[in-house]
Amino acid sequence: MQMDHIPKLTMRIILAMVLAFGTAQISSAMDGPDAVELNALAELYGPVNFDHTMHTDIAGDCAVCHHHTTGTPPQDPRCAKCHAKSGPADEVACQSCHAAKRFEAEYLNKLAADNTIYHVDRLGLKAAYHQRCMGCHEESGAPNGCQDCHTRNDAGDKVFHAGQYAPPPSAHKAKEGH
Amino acid sequence: MNELSRRKFLKGGLAGGAMVSLLGKSSKSEAAPSFGGYPDSMGVLVDLTRCVGCRSCEAACNKEQGLPAPDLPFDDMSVLEEKRRTSEGAYTVVNKYEIPGKDHPLYRKMQCNHCNEPACLTSCFVNAYRKTPEGAVMYDPTVCVGCRTCMIACPFYVPAYSYSSVLNPVIKKCIFCYETRLKFGRPPACVEACPKEVLTFGKRTNLLKIAHDRIRNYPDKYVDQVYGEKEVGGTAWMYLSSAPFEEVGFDTHLGNDPIINYVKEFLTVVPMVLTIWPALFAGFHLLATRKDVQNKENSAGK
Ligand code: SF4
Ligand code: SF4
Ligand code: SF4
Repeated sequence: MQMDHIPKLTMRIILAMVLAFGTAQISSAMDGPDAVELNALAELYGPVNFDHTMHTDIAGDCAVCHHHTTGTPPQDPRCAKCHAKSGPADEVACQSCHAAKRFEAEYLNKLAADNTIYHVDRLGLKAAYHQRCMGCHEESGAPNGCQDCHTRNDAGDKVFHAGQYAPPPSAHKAKEGH
Repeated sequence: MNELSRRKFLKGGLAGGAMVSLLGKSSKSEAAPSFGGYPDSMGVLVDLTRCVGCRSCEAACNKEQGLPAPDLPFDDMSVLEEKRRTSEGAYTVVNKYEIPGKDHPLYRKMQCNHCNEPACLTSCFVNAYRKTPEGAVMYDPTVCVGCRTCMIACPFYVPAYSYSSVLNPVIKKCIFCYETRLKFGRPPACVEACPKEVLTFGKRTNLLKIAHDRIRNYPDKYVDQVYGEKEVGGTAWMYLSSAPFEEVGFDTHLGNDPIINYVKEFLTVVPMVLTIWPALFAGFHLLATRKDVQNKENSAGK
Protein backbone atom coordinates (compact mmCIF):
# COMPACT_ATOMS: atom_id res chain seq x y z
CA MET A 1 0.00 0.00 0.00
CA GLN A 2 2.60 2.46 1.11
CA MET A 3 4.63 1.70 -1.98
CA ASP A 4 2.04 3.35 -4.20
CA HIS A 5 2.59 6.67 -2.55
CA ILE A 6 6.32 6.83 -2.86
CA PRO A 7 6.55 8.20 -6.37
CA LYS A 8 4.12 11.01 -5.56
CA LEU A 9 6.01 11.77 -2.42
CA THR A 10 9.29 11.77 -4.31
CA MET A 11 7.82 14.17 -6.78
CA ARG A 12 6.67 16.49 -4.05
CA ILE A 13 10.10 16.46 -2.44
CA ILE A 14 11.73 17.18 -5.76
CA LEU A 15 9.29 19.97 -6.39
CA ALA A 16 9.92 21.38 -2.97
CA MET A 17 13.64 21.25 -3.63
CA VAL A 18 13.22 22.88 -7.00
CA LEU A 19 11.19 25.64 -5.49
CA ALA A 20 13.74 26.07 -2.75
CA PHE A 21 16.83 25.96 -4.93
CA GLY A 22 15.74 27.94 -7.91
CA THR A 23 14.18 27.29 -11.25
CA ALA A 24 17.26 26.54 -13.31
CA GLN A 25 16.99 22.87 -12.53
CA ILE A 26 13.30 22.40 -13.19
CA SER A 27 13.54 20.56 -16.43
CA SER A 28 16.22 18.18 -15.28
CA ALA A 29 14.76 17.67 -11.86
CA MET A 30 11.21 16.90 -12.93
CA ASP A 31 10.53 13.22 -12.82
CA GLY A 32 7.93 13.28 -15.55
CA PRO A 33 8.12 10.61 -18.22
CA ASP A 34 10.73 10.94 -20.95
CA ALA A 35 8.24 9.95 -23.59
CA VAL A 36 4.54 9.21 -23.74
CA GLU A 37 2.88 6.99 -26.28
CA LEU A 38 -0.43 8.55 -27.23
CA ASN A 39 -2.75 6.09 -28.86
CA ALA A 40 -6.23 7.35 -28.16
CA LEU A 41 -6.88 7.50 -31.90
CA ALA A 42 -5.68 3.96 -32.52
CA GLU A 43 -8.79 3.17 -34.50
CA LEU A 44 -7.75 5.39 -37.40
CA TYR A 45 -4.15 6.37 -36.70
CA GLY A 46 -0.92 4.87 -35.50
CA PRO A 47 0.35 5.94 -32.07
CA VAL A 48 2.15 9.25 -31.54
CA ASN A 49 5.38 9.08 -29.62
CA PHE A 50 5.39 12.26 -27.66
CA ASP A 51 8.88 13.31 -26.59
CA HIS A 52 8.09 14.73 -23.18
CA THR A 53 11.68 15.68 -22.33
CA MET A 54 12.13 17.64 -25.54
CA HIS A 55 8.85 19.48 -25.04
CA THR A 56 9.67 20.22 -21.41
CA ASP A 57 12.90 21.86 -22.58
CA ILE A 58 11.12 23.93 -25.19
CA ALA A 59 8.24 25.00 -22.98
CA GLY A 60 10.54 25.83 -20.09
CA ASP A 61 7.63 26.06 -17.68
CA CYS A 62 5.44 23.09 -16.76
CA ALA A 63 2.46 25.41 -16.41
CA VAL A 64 2.41 25.92 -20.18
CA CYS A 65 0.79 22.50 -20.47
CA HIS A 66 0.03 21.37 -16.93
CA HIS A 67 -1.75 24.52 -15.74
CA HIS A 68 -1.22 24.62 -11.96
CA THR A 69 -1.04 20.88 -11.32
CA THR A 70 2.73 20.55 -11.05
CA GLY A 71 2.82 23.28 -8.46
CA THR A 72 4.19 26.02 -10.68
CA PRO A 73 1.91 29.06 -10.68
CA PRO A 74 -0.57 29.05 -13.56
CA GLN A 75 0.10 31.47 -16.40
CA ASP A 76 -3.47 32.57 -17.00
CA PRO A 77 -4.52 35.22 -14.46
CA ARG A 78 -8.03 33.73 -14.47
CA CYS A 79 -6.61 30.45 -13.17
CA ALA A 80 -4.33 32.18 -10.70
CA LYS A 81 -7.32 33.60 -8.87
CA CYS A 82 -7.92 30.22 -7.31
CA HIS A 83 -4.82 28.23 -8.13
CA ALA A 84 -1.92 30.58 -7.42
CA LYS A 85 -1.07 28.61 -4.32
CA SER A 86 -2.94 25.38 -4.78
CA GLY A 87 0.31 23.40 -4.92
CA PRO A 88 1.04 20.26 -6.90
CA ALA A 89 -1.87 17.97 -7.61
CA ASP A 90 -1.88 14.26 -6.88
CA GLU A 91 -2.26 13.48 -10.54
CA VAL A 92 -0.61 15.45 -13.32
CA ALA A 93 -1.22 13.28 -16.37
CA CYS A 94 -3.53 14.92 -18.93
CA GLN A 95 -5.99 12.06 -18.78
CA SER A 96 -6.51 12.34 -15.05
CA CYS A 97 -8.56 15.51 -15.60
CA HIS A 98 -9.40 15.42 -19.30
CA ALA A 99 -11.87 12.61 -19.90
CA ALA A 100 -11.22 10.31 -22.82
CA LYS A 101 -14.97 9.83 -23.20
CA ARG A 102 -15.99 13.42 -22.72
CA PHE A 103 -19.45 13.21 -24.23
CA GLU A 104 -20.59 9.77 -23.18
CA ALA A 105 -23.57 9.71 -20.82
CA GLU A 106 -21.47 8.46 -17.91
CA TYR A 107 -19.32 11.57 -17.88
CA LEU A 108 -22.15 13.98 -18.66
CA ASN A 109 -24.19 12.52 -15.80
CA LYS A 110 -21.24 12.85 -13.46
CA LEU A 111 -20.99 16.52 -14.33
CA ALA A 112 -24.72 17.00 -13.90
CA ALA A 113 -24.85 15.20 -10.55
CA ASP A 114 -22.15 17.26 -8.83
CA ASN A 115 -22.82 20.95 -8.59
CA THR A 116 -19.51 21.56 -6.85
CA ILE A 117 -17.57 21.00 -10.06
CA TYR A 118 -16.49 24.40 -11.28
CA HIS A 119 -14.79 23.35 -14.52
CA VAL A 120 -17.86 22.03 -16.31
CA ASP A 121 -16.57 23.21 -19.68
CA ARG A 122 -13.47 21.08 -19.48
CA LEU A 123 -11.97 19.71 -22.68
CA GLY A 124 -11.90 16.00 -23.30
CA LEU A 125 -8.53 14.31 -23.66
CA LYS A 126 -8.28 14.44 -27.44
CA ALA A 127 -9.17 18.12 -27.58
CA ALA A 128 -6.89 18.95 -24.65
CA TYR A 129 -3.98 17.56 -26.65
CA HIS A 130 -4.97 19.17 -29.91
CA GLN A 131 -5.79 22.58 -28.48
CA ARG A 132 -2.47 22.67 -26.69
CA CYS A 133 -0.29 21.01 -29.32
CA MET A 134 -1.70 22.79 -32.33
CA GLY A 135 -1.73 26.18 -30.65
CA CYS A 136 2.01 26.07 -29.95
CA HIS A 137 2.88 24.27 -33.17
CA GLU A 138 1.21 27.01 -35.13
CA GLU A 139 2.88 29.82 -33.19
CA SER A 140 6.29 28.21 -33.44
CA GLY A 141 5.98 27.05 -37.02
CA ALA A 142 6.25 23.40 -36.00
CA PRO A 143 4.53 20.76 -38.18
CA ASN A 144 0.79 21.10 -37.79
CA GLY A 145 -0.98 18.99 -40.40
CA CYS A 146 -2.99 15.96 -39.25
CA GLN A 147 -0.55 13.51 -40.75
CA ASP A 148 2.54 15.37 -39.60
CA CYS A 149 1.90 13.76 -36.23
CA HIS A 150 -0.53 10.94 -37.01
CA THR A 151 0.15 8.19 -39.49
CA ARG A 152 -3.21 7.11 -40.77
CA ASN A 153 -3.75 3.36 -40.82
CA ASP A 154 -5.77 1.33 -43.28
CA ALA A 155 -9.02 1.79 -41.36
CA GLY A 156 -8.33 5.53 -41.35
CA ASP A 157 -7.75 5.57 -45.09
CA LYS A 158 -11.07 3.84 -45.50
CA VAL A 159 -12.96 6.39 -43.42
CA PHE A 160 -11.29 9.29 -45.23
CA HIS A 161 -11.76 7.62 -48.62
CA ALA A 162 -8.07 8.20 -49.19
CA GLY A 163 -5.04 6.17 -50.22
CA GLN A 164 -6.15 2.94 -51.85
CA TYR A 165 -9.77 3.87 -51.04
CA ALA A 166 -9.61 7.20 -52.87
CA PRO A 167 -12.42 7.73 -55.35
CA PRO A 168 -11.31 7.38 -58.98
CA PRO A 169 -10.41 10.76 -60.50
CA SER A 170 -13.26 10.34 -62.99
CA ALA A 171 -15.82 10.64 -60.17
CA HIS A 172 -14.90 14.25 -59.60
CA LYS A 173 -14.64 15.13 -63.29
CA ALA A 174 -18.06 13.66 -64.00
CA LYS A 175 -19.66 15.81 -61.34
CA GLU A 176 -17.93 18.94 -62.59
CA GLY A 177 -19.59 18.47 -65.93
CA HIS A 178 -23.00 19.19 -64.42
CA MET B 1 -45.10 7.96 -27.83
CA ASN B 2 -44.07 11.14 -26.21
CA GLU B 3 -42.53 12.37 -29.37
CA LEU B 4 -43.75 15.62 -30.67
CA SER B 5 -45.75 14.91 -33.74
CA ARG B 6 -46.83 17.79 -35.82
CA ARG B 7 -50.38 17.23 -34.71
CA LYS B 8 -49.60 17.59 -31.00
CA PHE B 9 -47.37 20.44 -31.87
CA LEU B 10 -50.20 22.26 -33.53
CA LYS B 11 -52.64 21.33 -30.79
CA GLY B 12 -50.47 22.59 -28.01
CA GLY B 13 -49.13 25.57 -29.82
CA LEU B 14 -50.12 28.21 -32.23
CA ALA B 15 -52.99 26.45 -33.85
CA GLY B 16 -54.32 25.32 -30.48
CA GLY B 17 -57.25 27.66 -30.56
CA ALA B 18 -58.43 26.57 -33.97
CA MET B 19 -58.09 22.86 -33.19
CA VAL B 20 -59.83 23.11 -29.88
CA SER B 21 -62.76 25.01 -31.26
CA LEU B 22 -63.06 22.41 -34.00
CA LEU B 23 -63.24 19.71 -31.36
CA GLY B 24 -65.64 21.76 -29.31
CA LYS B 25 -63.61 21.53 -26.11
CA SER B 26 -62.94 24.39 -23.80
CA SER B 27 -59.37 25.59 -23.86
CA LYS B 28 -57.01 26.87 -21.27
CA SER B 29 -56.26 30.17 -22.85
CA GLU B 30 -52.89 29.81 -24.45
CA ALA B 31 -51.55 33.01 -25.90
CA ALA B 32 -49.87 31.29 -28.84
CA PRO B 33 -46.80 30.47 -26.77
CA SER B 34 -43.53 29.50 -28.33
CA PHE B 35 -42.85 25.83 -27.68
CA GLY B 36 -39.24 26.57 -26.77
CA GLY B 37 -38.08 22.98 -26.94
CA TYR B 38 -38.05 19.94 -24.68
CA PRO B 39 -36.43 20.80 -21.34
CA ASP B 40 -33.93 17.95 -21.39
CA SER B 41 -33.22 17.92 -25.08
CA MET B 42 -29.65 17.65 -26.23
CA GLY B 43 -27.72 19.94 -28.50
CA VAL B 44 -24.31 20.76 -29.85
CA LEU B 45 -22.40 23.98 -29.37
CA VAL B 46 -20.21 24.65 -32.40
CA ASP B 47 -17.28 26.92 -31.57
CA LEU B 48 -15.95 28.28 -34.84
CA THR B 49 -12.87 29.70 -33.16
CA ARG B 50 -11.59 26.16 -32.62
CA CYS B 51 -12.18 24.65 -36.04
CA VAL B 52 -9.18 23.90 -38.24
CA GLY B 53 -11.17 22.67 -41.23
CA CYS B 54 -9.76 19.15 -41.09
CA ARG B 55 -13.04 17.59 -42.33
CA SER B 56 -12.79 14.67 -39.88
CA CYS B 57 -16.42 15.39 -38.99
CA GLU B 58 -17.46 15.01 -42.62
CA ALA B 59 -15.63 11.70 -42.91
CA ALA B 60 -17.16 10.41 -39.67
CA CYS B 61 -20.66 11.40 -40.77
CA ASN B 62 -20.17 9.70 -44.11
CA LYS B 63 -19.28 6.45 -42.38
CA GLU B 64 -21.89 6.62 -39.63
CA GLN B 65 -24.74 7.37 -41.99
CA GLY B 66 -23.58 4.99 -44.71
CA LEU B 67 -23.45 7.78 -47.28
CA PRO B 68 -22.08 7.31 -50.79
CA ALA B 69 -18.36 7.70 -51.45
CA PRO B 70 -17.36 11.36 -51.84
CA ASP B 71 -16.06 12.76 -55.13
CA LEU B 72 -12.76 13.56 -53.46
CA PRO B 73 -11.08 12.10 -50.36
CA PHE B 74 -12.01 13.76 -47.09
CA ASP B 75 -8.41 14.85 -46.61
CA ASP B 76 -8.50 16.83 -49.85
CA MET B 77 -8.65 20.44 -48.72
CA SER B 78 -9.23 21.84 -52.20
CA VAL B 79 -12.97 21.45 -51.63
CA LEU B 80 -12.74 24.27 -49.09
CA GLU B 81 -12.16 26.75 -51.90
CA GLU B 82 -15.84 26.55 -52.77
CA LYS B 83 -18.84 27.25 -50.57
CA ARG B 84 -20.56 23.92 -50.38
CA ARG B 85 -24.04 23.03 -49.18
CA THR B 86 -25.31 19.95 -47.46
CA SER B 87 -26.68 17.43 -49.91
CA GLU B 88 -28.16 13.96 -50.18
CA GLY B 89 -24.61 12.58 -50.11
CA ALA B 90 -23.18 14.86 -47.42
CA TYR B 91 -25.23 15.64 -44.32
CA THR B 92 -22.53 17.94 -43.08
CA VAL B 93 -20.01 20.17 -44.83
CA VAL B 94 -17.32 22.52 -43.59
CA ASN B 95 -16.83 25.81 -45.38
CA LYS B 96 -13.95 28.26 -45.16
CA TYR B 97 -14.36 32.01 -44.69
CA GLU B 98 -11.56 34.53 -45.06
CA ILE B 99 -12.19 37.25 -42.53
CA PRO B 100 -11.03 40.75 -43.47
CA GLY B 101 -8.28 41.91 -41.13
CA LYS B 102 -7.64 38.44 -39.69
CA ASP B 103 -4.63 36.24 -40.54
CA HIS B 104 -6.70 33.12 -40.18
CA PRO B 105 -9.75 31.92 -41.97
CA LEU B 106 -12.70 30.68 -39.96
CA TYR B 107 -14.33 27.36 -40.76
CA ARG B 108 -17.98 26.69 -40.32
CA LYS B 109 -19.50 23.24 -40.05
CA MET B 110 -23.04 23.05 -41.39
CA GLN B 111 -25.71 20.41 -40.84
CA CYS B 112 -29.35 20.39 -39.77
CA ASN B 113 -29.70 22.65 -36.76
CA HIS B 114 -32.48 20.56 -35.22
CA CYS B 115 -34.70 23.53 -34.52
CA ASN B 116 -36.86 23.64 -31.41
CA GLU B 117 -39.80 24.50 -33.62
CA PRO B 118 -38.73 23.12 -36.97
CA ALA B 119 -40.10 24.74 -40.08
CA CYS B 120 -39.62 21.48 -41.98
CA LEU B 121 -41.92 19.79 -39.47
CA THR B 122 -44.57 22.46 -39.28
CA SER B 123 -44.71 22.88 -43.03
CA CYS B 124 -45.05 19.19 -43.83
CA PHE B 125 -48.70 18.30 -44.29
CA VAL B 126 -48.26 14.53 -44.16
CA ASN B 127 -46.43 14.53 -40.81
CA ALA B 128 -43.22 13.12 -42.19
CA TYR B 129 -41.18 14.95 -39.56
CA ARG B 130 -41.03 14.65 -35.80
CA LYS B 131 -38.95 16.26 -33.08
CA THR B 132 -37.80 13.70 -30.54
CA PRO B 133 -37.51 14.56 -26.84
CA GLU B 134 -33.75 14.05 -27.21
CA GLY B 135 -33.73 16.94 -29.66
CA ALA B 136 -33.38 15.30 -33.06
CA VAL B 137 -35.60 16.29 -35.96
CA MET B 138 -36.38 13.06 -37.74
CA TYR B 139 -37.86 12.36 -41.11
CA ASP B 140 -39.95 9.38 -42.18
CA PRO B 141 -39.49 8.51 -45.86
CA THR B 142 -42.42 6.08 -45.84
CA VAL B 143 -44.84 8.95 -45.32
CA CYS B 144 -43.16 11.58 -47.48
CA VAL B 145 -44.88 12.36 -50.76
CA GLY B 146 -41.88 14.20 -52.16
CA CYS B 147 -43.53 17.62 -52.35
CA ARG B 148 -40.38 19.36 -51.11
CA THR B 149 -42.22 21.91 -49.00
CA CYS B 150 -39.74 21.30 -46.20
CA MET B 151 -36.89 22.27 -48.48
CA ILE B 152 -38.55 25.62 -49.07
CA ALA B 153 -39.58 26.08 -45.46
CA CYS B 154 -36.22 25.35 -43.81
CA PRO B 155 -34.55 28.69 -43.08
CA PHE B 156 -31.14 27.03 -43.32
CA TYR B 157 -31.60 25.26 -46.67
CA VAL B 158 -30.89 21.89 -45.09
CA PRO B 159 -33.23 19.19 -46.42
CA ALA B 160 -31.85 17.85 -49.68
CA TYR B 161 -33.80 15.99 -52.29
CA SER B 162 -32.52 12.62 -53.30
CA TYR B 163 -32.48 12.80 -57.07
CA SER B 164 -30.73 9.47 -57.21
CA SER B 165 -33.91 7.58 -56.39
CA VAL B 166 -36.51 9.06 -58.69
CA LEU B 167 -39.09 6.37 -58.01
CA ASN B 168 -38.87 6.65 -54.25
CA PRO B 169 -38.39 10.32 -53.59
CA VAL B 170 -36.75 11.01 -50.29
CA ILE B 171 -35.48 13.98 -48.41
CA LYS B 172 -32.07 13.59 -46.85
CA LYS B 173 -30.52 15.50 -44.00
CA CYS B 174 -28.52 15.14 -40.80
CA ILE B 175 -30.51 13.18 -38.23
CA PHE B 176 -28.33 13.99 -35.20
CA CYS B 177 -27.19 10.34 -35.40
CA TYR B 178 -30.46 9.56 -33.67
CA GLU B 179 -30.91 5.93 -34.64
CA THR B 180 -27.36 4.82 -33.92
CA ARG B 181 -26.31 7.13 -31.11
CA LEU B 182 -28.48 9.92 -29.74
CA LYS B 183 -31.34 7.69 -28.64
CA PHE B 184 -28.84 5.65 -26.63
CA GLY B 185 -27.47 8.78 -24.98
CA ARG B 186 -24.34 8.76 -27.11
CA PRO B 187 -22.72 11.74 -28.88
CA PRO B 188 -23.00 12.06 -32.66
CA ALA B 189 -20.22 10.61 -34.79
CA CYS B 190 -19.04 14.05 -35.94
CA VAL B 191 -18.76 15.26 -32.35
CA GLU B 192 -16.70 12.25 -31.39
CA ALA B 193 -14.43 12.61 -34.42
CA CYS B 194 -13.58 16.28 -34.03
CA PRO B 195 -10.01 16.58 -32.78
CA LYS B 196 -10.50 20.06 -31.37
CA GLU B 197 -13.82 19.81 -29.61
CA VAL B 198 -15.26 22.40 -31.90
CA LEU B 199 -18.41 20.46 -31.15
CA THR B 200 -19.55 20.32 -27.53
CA PHE B 201 -22.40 17.88 -26.97
CA GLY B 202 -24.71 18.20 -23.99
CA LYS B 203 -28.06 19.34 -22.73
CA ARG B 204 -29.08 22.41 -24.66
CA THR B 205 -29.70 24.34 -21.43
CA ASN B 206 -26.18 23.54 -20.21
CA LEU B 207 -24.65 24.41 -23.55
CA LEU B 208 -26.18 27.86 -23.35
CA LYS B 209 -24.54 28.42 -19.97
CA ILE B 210 -21.23 27.17 -21.32
CA ALA B 211 -21.53 29.38 -24.37
CA HIS B 212 -22.20 32.51 -22.36
CA ASP B 213 -19.40 31.65 -19.95
CA ARG B 214 -16.96 31.38 -22.84
CA ILE B 215 -18.04 34.78 -24.07
CA ARG B 216 -17.77 36.26 -20.59
CA ASN B 217 -14.33 34.76 -19.96
CA TYR B 218 -12.94 35.66 -23.35
CA PRO B 219 -14.74 38.81 -24.47
CA ASP B 220 -11.96 39.66 -26.92
CA LYS B 221 -12.23 36.30 -28.61
CA TYR B 222 -15.95 36.02 -29.23
CA VAL B 223 -18.70 38.20 -30.62
CA ASP B 224 -21.36 38.53 -27.95
CA GLN B 225 -23.96 36.31 -29.52
CA VAL B 226 -24.86 32.63 -29.45
CA TYR B 227 -26.33 31.95 -32.86
CA GLY B 228 -29.26 29.58 -32.46
CA GLU B 229 -30.07 30.58 -28.90
CA LYS B 230 -33.01 32.60 -30.16
CA GLU B 231 -32.98 32.47 -33.94
CA VAL B 232 -36.20 31.02 -35.38
CA GLY B 233 -37.33 30.02 -31.90
CA GLY B 234 -34.02 28.40 -30.94
CA THR B 235 -32.03 25.54 -32.41
CA ALA B 236 -30.37 22.49 -30.85
CA TRP B 237 -27.13 23.18 -32.69
CA MET B 238 -25.76 26.60 -31.73
CA TYR B 239 -22.70 28.57 -32.70
CA LEU B 240 -19.99 30.79 -31.26
CA SER B 241 -17.79 32.88 -33.53
CA SER B 242 -14.95 35.35 -33.37
CA ALA B 243 -16.27 37.21 -36.43
CA PRO B 244 -19.73 38.67 -36.90
CA PHE B 245 -22.02 35.84 -37.94
CA GLU B 246 -22.91 37.36 -41.29
CA GLU B 247 -19.20 37.19 -42.21
CA VAL B 248 -19.19 33.44 -41.75
CA GLY B 249 -22.21 32.69 -43.88
CA PHE B 250 -24.98 32.85 -41.29
CA ASP B 251 -28.31 34.44 -42.07
CA THR B 252 -28.67 37.08 -39.40
CA HIS B 253 -32.04 38.33 -40.64
CA LEU B 254 -34.15 35.36 -39.67
CA GLY B 255 -35.60 36.88 -36.54
CA ASN B 256 -36.43 35.06 -33.34
CA ASP B 257 -39.91 33.86 -34.17
CA PRO B 258 -40.32 30.26 -35.20
CA ILE B 259 -41.05 29.98 -38.88
CA ILE B 260 -44.45 28.52 -37.95
CA ASN B 261 -45.56 32.01 -37.00
CA TYR B 262 -45.22 33.05 -40.60
CA VAL B 263 -47.10 30.11 -41.97
CA LYS B 264 -49.73 29.50 -39.31
CA GLU B 265 -52.36 31.19 -41.40
CA PHE B 266 -52.35 28.33 -43.83
CA LEU B 267 -51.26 25.62 -41.44
CA THR B 268 -54.47 25.81 -39.45
CA VAL B 269 -56.35 24.64 -42.51
CA VAL B 270 -53.96 21.90 -43.46
CA PRO B 271 -56.32 19.05 -42.46
CA MET B 272 -58.46 20.13 -45.36
CA VAL B 273 -55.44 20.08 -47.53
CA LEU B 274 -57.14 18.84 -50.68
CA THR B 275 -59.41 21.81 -50.81
CA ILE B 276 -56.85 24.43 -50.07
CA TRP B 277 -54.03 23.87 -52.48
CA PRO B 278 -54.12 27.51 -53.58
CA ALA B 279 -53.70 28.65 -50.00
CA LEU B 280 -50.87 26.22 -49.47
CA PHE B 281 -49.04 27.35 -52.51
CA ALA B 282 -49.58 30.95 -51.54
CA GLY B 283 -47.92 30.00 -48.27
CA PHE B 284 -44.97 28.30 -49.92
CA HIS B 285 -44.61 31.24 -52.20
CA LEU B 286 -44.55 33.57 -49.21
CA LEU B 287 -41.83 31.49 -47.60
CA ALA B 288 -39.80 31.37 -50.75
CA THR B 289 -40.06 35.10 -51.33
CA ARG B 290 -39.20 35.79 -47.73
CA LYS B 291 -35.98 33.90 -48.12
CA ASP B 292 -35.25 35.58 -51.44
CA VAL B 293 -35.75 38.99 -49.92
CA GLN B 294 -33.42 38.06 -47.10
CA ASN B 295 -30.83 36.82 -49.51
CA LYS B 296 -30.98 40.06 -51.41
CA GLU B 297 -30.71 42.01 -48.20
CA ASN B 298 -27.76 39.88 -47.20
CA SER B 299 -25.91 40.29 -50.44
CA ALA B 300 -26.78 43.97 -50.53
CA GLY B 301 -25.24 44.30 -47.09
CA LYS B 302 -21.91 42.97 -48.32
S1 SF4 C 1 -32.55 23.27 -39.77
FE1 SF4 C 1 -34.15 23.03 -41.35
S2 SF4 C 1 -34.29 20.81 -41.64
FE2 SF4 C 1 -33.22 21.12 -39.68
S3 SF4 C 1 -34.85 21.14 -38.11
FE3 SF4 C 1 -34.54 23.28 -38.71
S4 SF4 C 1 -36.06 23.61 -40.32
FE4 SF4 C 1 -35.85 21.40 -40.11
S1 SF4 D 1 -25.02 14.50 -36.12
FE1 SF4 D 1 -24.65 12.56 -37.24
S2 SF4 D 1 -25.84 12.83 -39.10
FE2 SF4 D 1 -25.63 14.86 -38.25
S3 SF4 D 1 -23.78 15.74 -39.20
FE3 SF4 D 1 -23.11 14.76 -37.28
S4 SF4 D 1 -22.50 12.69 -37.89
FE4 SF4 D 1 -23.76 13.51 -39.57
S1 SF4 E 1 -13.60 17.76 -37.27
FE1 SF4 E 1 -13.71 19.56 -35.93
S2 SF4 E 1 -11.88 20.77 -36.44
FE2 SF4 E 1 -12.16 19.28 -38.09
S3 SF4 E 1 -13.41 20.39 -39.61
FE3 SF4 E 1 -14.86 19.26 -38.34
S4 SF4 E 1 -15.46 20.73 -36.76
FE4 SF4 E 1 -13.58 21.53 -37.70
